[in-house]
Amino acid sequence: MSYVIDRRLNGKNKSTVNRTRFLRRYREHIKKAVEEAVSRRSITDMEHGEQISIPGRDIDEPVLHHGRGGKQTTVHPGNKEFSSGDRIPRPQGGGGGGAGQGKASNSGEGMDDFVFQITQDEFLDFMFEDLELPNLVKKQLTGSDTFKTVRAGISSEGNPSRINIIRTLRSAHARRIALSGGSRNKLREVKAELARLRIEEPDNLGDIQALEAEITRLRARIDKVPFLDTFDLKYNLLSKQPTPSSKAVMFCLMDVSGSMTQATKDIAKRFFILLYLFLKRNYERIDVVFIRHHTSAREVDEEEFFYSRETGGTIVSSALKLMQEIMAERYPINEWNLYAAQASDGDNWNDDSPICKDILVRQILPFMQYYTYVEITPREHQALWYEYEQVRGMFPESFSQQQIVSAGDIYPVFRELFQRRLVS
Amino acid sequence: MKRQPISTGSEWTFELVQTYDREIGRIAKRYALDTYPNQIEIITAEQMMDAYASVGMPIGYNHWSYGKHFLHTEKNYKRGQMGLAYEIVINSDPCIAYLMEENTITMQALVIAHACYGHNSFFKGNYLFRTWTDASSIIDYLVFAKQYITQCEERHGIDAVEDLLDSCHALMNYGVDRYKRPYPISAEEERRRQKEREELLQRQVNDLWRTIPKMGDKDKHEEDSRFPTEPQENILYFLEKHAPLLEPWQREVIRIVRKIAQYFYPQRQTQVMNEGWATFWHYTLLNDLYDEGLVTDGFMFEFLQSHSGVIYQPSFDSPYYSGINPYTLGFSMFRDIRRICENPTEEDKRWFPDIAGSDWLSTVTFAMKSFKDESFILQFLSPKVIRDLKLFSILDDDHRDELEVAAIHDDRGYRLIREQLAAQYNLGNREPNIQIWNINRRGDRSLTLRHTQHDRKPLGESTEEVLKHLHRLWGFDIHLETAQGDQIVSTQHVPPREGHRDLDPRRTDIAISPI
Repeated sequence: MSYVIDRRLNGKNKSTVNRTRFLRRYREHIKKAVEEAVSRRSITDMEHGEQISIPGRDIDEPVLHHGRGGKQTTVHPGNKEFSSGDRIPRPQGGGGGGAGQGKASNSGEGMDDFVFQITQDEFLDFMFEDLELPNLVKKQLTGSDTFKTVRAGISSEGNPSRINIIRTLRSAHARRIALSGGSRNKLREVKAELARLRIEEPDNLGDIQALEAEITRLRARIDKVPFLDTFDLKYNLLSKQPTPSSKAVMFCLMDVSGSMTQATKDIAKRFFILLYLFLKRNYERIDVVFIRHHTSAREVDEEEFFYSRETGGTIVSSALKLMQEIMAERYPINEWNLYAAQASDGDNWNDDSPICKDILVRQILPFMQYYTYVEITPREHQALWYEYEQVRGMFPESFSQQQIVSAGDIYPVFRELFQRRLVS
Repeated sequence: MKRQPISTGSEWTFELVQTYDREIGRIAKRYALDTYPNQIEIITAEQMMDAYASVGMPIGYNHWSYGKHFLHTEKNYKRGQMGLAYEIVINSDPCIAYLMEENTITMQALVIAHACYGHNSFFKGNYLFRTWTDASSIIDYLVFAKQYITQCEERHGIDAVEDLLDSCHALMNYGVDRYKRPYPISAEEERRRQKEREELLQRQVNDLWRTIPKMGDKDKHEEDSRFPTEPQENILYFLEKHAPLLEPWQREVIRIVRKIAQYFYPQRQTQVMNEGWATFWHYTLLNDLYDEGLVTDGFMFEFLQSHSGVIYQPSFDSPYYSGINPYTLGFSMFRDIRRICENPTEEDKRWFPDIAGSDWLSTVTFAMKSFKDESFILQFLSPKVIRDLKLFSILDDDHRDELEVAAIHDDRGYRLIREQLAAQYNLGNREPNIQIWNINRRGDRSLTLRHTQHDRKPLGESTEEVLKHLHRLWGFDIHLETAQGDQIVSTQHVPPREGHRDLDPRRTDIAISPI
């Protein structure tokens, strides 16, 4: 006797827990791989997972087994030219088809790397780890789409907190009328008959009593119709609508003068990625503009932005001017939401810093959604920082600045930005 | 006879699966295959990967190593480097067989014949399975084990449980009783007795380690006697009963790992027979279906292609060679037994006087029931199979510069090859012979293992790691002596000995030991 059972609809992710355990155990390896991936990838390329590889010997499960050596006999198939008593040179490990070392190891597949995939969510999780993001923000960044709930009429199913009282009572009323209509008509007739009898034949007690009994019966029957029944209940229906999305442009500004090291640039990259991810969750289309500068500014592609080096002094206002030009030329503010992120080690010509402030205050910030500035340096602040502090005084809503020494300091820059989004 | 095939297309439906199962079952009954009831479950590829990862247990406790399995399978499968197995079958009553939804109806029929009638009858008939496992209670026990380990994780933290399981897994192959039949496990009873056992166990352990001298007992004899009096091969069992520092729940977890190892023990010893038997029957049953006109020529072509893929044996110099394919060896041997019974040659009559010309069905059934791989090969490997597979034997002696071909498929070699191939499947030879030799009860509480070397074969390179795991469970020093005959040739120590010995016994707390 056999039973055939369809299990396809049963849960298929029975191994999720074990998989998580594995990731937990090897989180150090994975984190390192993710860090490498982050510096390798484009900042707009955060949409997929990553292939992680761990050295095989690190994840072996040890068992007691025989090693090579001693006197070993093995039987192999497919003899072609050997006859008994033949001597053959011992094949060196790894060469040829492996005669003579058929079962060298039963503990896995030697020293190959163990390679596997992690998903995009896991990838971002590992990336965010150092950034010290609050969970709510993490969720917002990794969550798929944003919706808002809107009212969408009335339904007869829903949860009790959404009962529409007026509609419910109206429908109950209608039902009571419909269900008791016949009895009410009858009652009216019987009452009229009773009134007539009382006046015309007051002695006919038998009939009067019969009518009175009939009235009681009809009343009871009408009362039996429930005041409120389950199918009277009406609920306000809510439906989810995707929030209207629009276009945003993100300007990445970075100082590439000789004083910026690759490590500094890597921190800057995290900073740009975070802003990019935030924008991606809120806007459908995002343009990214990379502007790098030393004494003069230039618009470049991402590769060049992060990885080519230049020397020389620093004039920040050149980048701001270029940005302002690009804004005016390509990104009209009635169509585009403008965001900017600027990273620098704080160096600037002293004379240039007031100019920067001026450009920001007059030509840029009035049109900006948000402008963030990070200074990646453990040293003392210089003129630029103090000028920017004044800017912040004027635009506390849309300007933020922060000094960064490690990746963990990045998040505070965005705190206000995220909070604003999360509340609204 | 007019041919009326059950199906002509390649799509399967539930009705078709049932029809094939009924027909195959009907033919199986003709051959008197005795099976547990079948529970055929249709699953998706993802679910198949899950089943894979839990090494064939339908319910398993959580452990990272299963996650590793899963990731490995998933990667290979998604990149198309590997097809998933067509089936997984579980030794339980009813016998659970998984069919993958991606397969064609031909493959489903093949799997039904292979798993539901082949493996199933093997599980029910073979003496090892009958003696060592209890098909009716295994699922219940696994449920109990999973719940218990989850509770332990809640109470003691995931890390503590994970460390403990790591250590147990390292010693899993040394957690089986080879000669003593365990009493059947039953989940209900386990649960009932588990509490009781915790207390009892702890009391016994405490007794063993009692250091207060007994009043009036001046006899030194006890001091000198060795403990254990006989060497112990079941290391996990010994730890469960006698490790001084373990908590009751840790002993229970060791017990769970031990019981599961015991459950898989017969499978490790009957791989060739089990697969050979199942392959032999899917081949026989589906050919009978064809003879009755119930399947089409196309069905047979597809079936034969998979079948020959399954029993393909690359020769030793092929890049695909990875040892002898158990399906090939087992299938050839069962086919050959049938041949010897039906059409014996002169040679067969000389080699197998008692089975040549006998009733083939009762002979193969007898072979299936009463042997394990080692004895099966020793008993039934015929010169013809040795010739067909062109088996030869290589002697690799590290004292000599060259390998020697000890025997090939000729008159002088048959017996030697048969013996050596049988020995190759003897778990006793495959695994190093390591036993618990002595524990130092009155001194530093160290535990001494003795490895009795066979043919000077050394231990593999992960031995050190395993000893660290053992150290974690035992809590005190571990010594491993390697002996040739009575002579000790080398020793290993955890923690390693440097120069002179530390005087105070080092204690390592189980939860934080450094591995």
